[in-house]
Amino acid sequence: MTQLNEYTGNFELEFERPLTALERQIDELEAQSDPNRSATGLDPNVDLGSEIRKLRQSHTAMLKKIYKGLAPGNTVKVARHPGRPQAMDYIHAFVKDFTELHGDRQFGDDHAIRCGFGRIGPHKVLVVGHHKGKDTADKIKANFGCAHPEGYRKALRCMKLAEKFGLPVVTLVDTPGAYPGIGAEERGQAEAIAVNLREMARLKTPIVSVVIGEGGSGGALGIGVADKLAMLEYAWFSVISPEGCAAILWKQATPQTNADAAEALKLTARDNLKLGTIDDIIDEPLGGAHRRPSMMADRLEQYLVQALRDLKRFKIENLVNKRYNRLRSIGEMSE
Amino acid sequence: MTDAKTTPSPATRPINGPANWQTPPEKKQAVPEGLWMRCPSCEAMLYKKAVEQNLHVCPECEHHYRIHAEDRIDQLVDPGSFEPLWEDLGPTDTLGFVDRVPYKDRIVKEQKKTGHKDALHAGRAFIKARGVVLAVMDTRFMMASMGSVVGEKITRAIELGTKEDRPVIVVSASGGARMQESSLSLAQMAKTSAALARLDDAGGLFISVLTDPTTGGVTASFAMLGDLILAEPKALIGFAGPRVIANTVRQELPDGFQRAEFLQEKGFVDRVVHRKDLRNEIARLIDYAGK
Repeated sequence: MTQLNEYTGNFELEFERPLTALERQIDELEAQSDPNRSATGLDPNVDLGSEIRKLRQSHTAMLKKIYKGLAPGNTVKVARHPGRPQAMDYIHAFVKDFTELHGDRQFGDDHAIRCGFGRIGPHKVLVVGHHKGKDTADKIKANFGCAHPEGYRKALRCMKLAEKFGLPVVTLVDTPGAYPGIGAEERGQAEAIAVNLREMARLKTPIVSVVIGEGGSGGALGIGVADKLAMLEYAWFSVISPEGCAAILWKQATPQTNADAAEALKLTARDNLKLGTIDDIIDEPLGGAHRRPSMMADRLEQYLVQALRDLKRFKIENLVNKRYNRLRSIGEMSE
Repeated sequence: MTDAKTTPSPATRPINGPANWQTPPEKKQAVPEGLWMRCPSCEAMLYKKAVEQNLHVCPECEHHYRIHAEDRIDQLVDPGSFEPLWEDLGPTDTLGFVDRVPYKDRIVKEQKKTGHKDALHAGRAFIKARGVVLAVMDTRFMMASMGSVVGEKITRAIELGTKEDRPVIVVSASGGARMQESSLSLAQMAKTSAALARLDDAGGLFISVLTDPTTGGVTASFAMLGDLILAEPKALIGFAGPRVIANTVRQELPDGFQRAEFLQEKGFVDRVVHRKDLRNEIARLIDYAGK
């Protein structure tokens, strides 16, 4: 098990800019109060400690205020923060003995979806997760989390194994969408996703899915049909990315139309809970998962342990029926 | 999504006159008003009645035009046998979705234009005396995008087929999931696919007919789950739209990419079937695969 590190890079969210100045101030004062870092030496007449405490308090207050009124377009930005923990981070943090399984036995091994056996708390499970990649080479190899048909087919192959051997399935969804490319179409992107939807709907083992970052369209749903579908607080989940929606309905994707589309699509965790398309929201640490990845990992682990415990209580036929009724009931119309 | 171009006034296109080579041909035009039309594929001037009598297929080049759901139903079923169901199901604007036009207004406009509540017609019917449940999408209504109503009616059709042991036939044509209902639309993909799992478990037959265009969330759910998948010639069938793909990969798309014949070549369509043969083929397949 590895401890997840906080983000130390210099990527800055635009709406967090007021915080950055405060953070710099705190950092400077801390440097001054540290005899090893101070350039001028310590001044015994100045109580830097209380000054730092005060600044920290106002930092926290400001952070709370920003995240309380976070616009949907900014939620999408948090969900895409480069320091946001990814599926493999969570797997390293709390899945014991993770044993990765590769390939769809048909075409190849898609790095945008990772699968493997492992233990979460007391539960032996199959874990499936989108992989966006950490450094540039890794990101390119993983197509930035945009899976090809072989990724969905690998996931299904592994889920069928889980069904056969009585292991529950945990999926961690994090993709802007399935890859729109020539090879993907030639190899049946639509068919691969469609088959996953049908087979996951009748898989005779419990399934828990959590949208940990981006829940983009069919590419997300392709591993997201579940008994329980949850979202992290600042994840997004929608039929299309705000940029794609803006390009079609607003005829152009600009920062403004992207934000308008994000607003219109009701893609936040809270909106999805209201629409009935998800079952639970897992709270993030103040200021997003990237600020306290280890705390986020603990909360996600706790949620999964509890959800698996709840689902394992059902007789499998009842669970599959319940899953059907859950999927069946979604939709709003007049009659 | 594509918008049909407006019909040019007769003044710019003389009826029965010589081909007007001074103005560019109406490229995207499907079935304009008036007596004559120009085929968007081979650009031949065609007598509209003759095209209609030819099942809306170009007599010159066999180009299959997009057709209204009513015409499709007439072409497929035994005369008078279609018994429409769930016609009162209508869309609601749960999200309060506003882009350049509020969804609420779009719904009213599209309903007025088509005389229907949404983009899918479903019901019991007979095809050459074989009882079926038939669902047909109509691209006139918001490009037949799938929102809650389309998803619900497809699901009900599949459930009815499962219950009454009738083959389920769905004729798809769609721009994909309906953005204005966001994740509710997305959920319809899972819902319809789950219903097909039950039909499959019950040993029922599902024939999916893909027509121009079948894309996005519709292709990536029920449309690609047919026990048997038929497609009309040259129909555009895909997950992502060609423009999105061209923008992503930044290279020329191969000839015939995402057309019905291409999908048959790649192994994702059982048969490309000419419109005039569709009714016969469906009936024959039911005899082999139906209960």
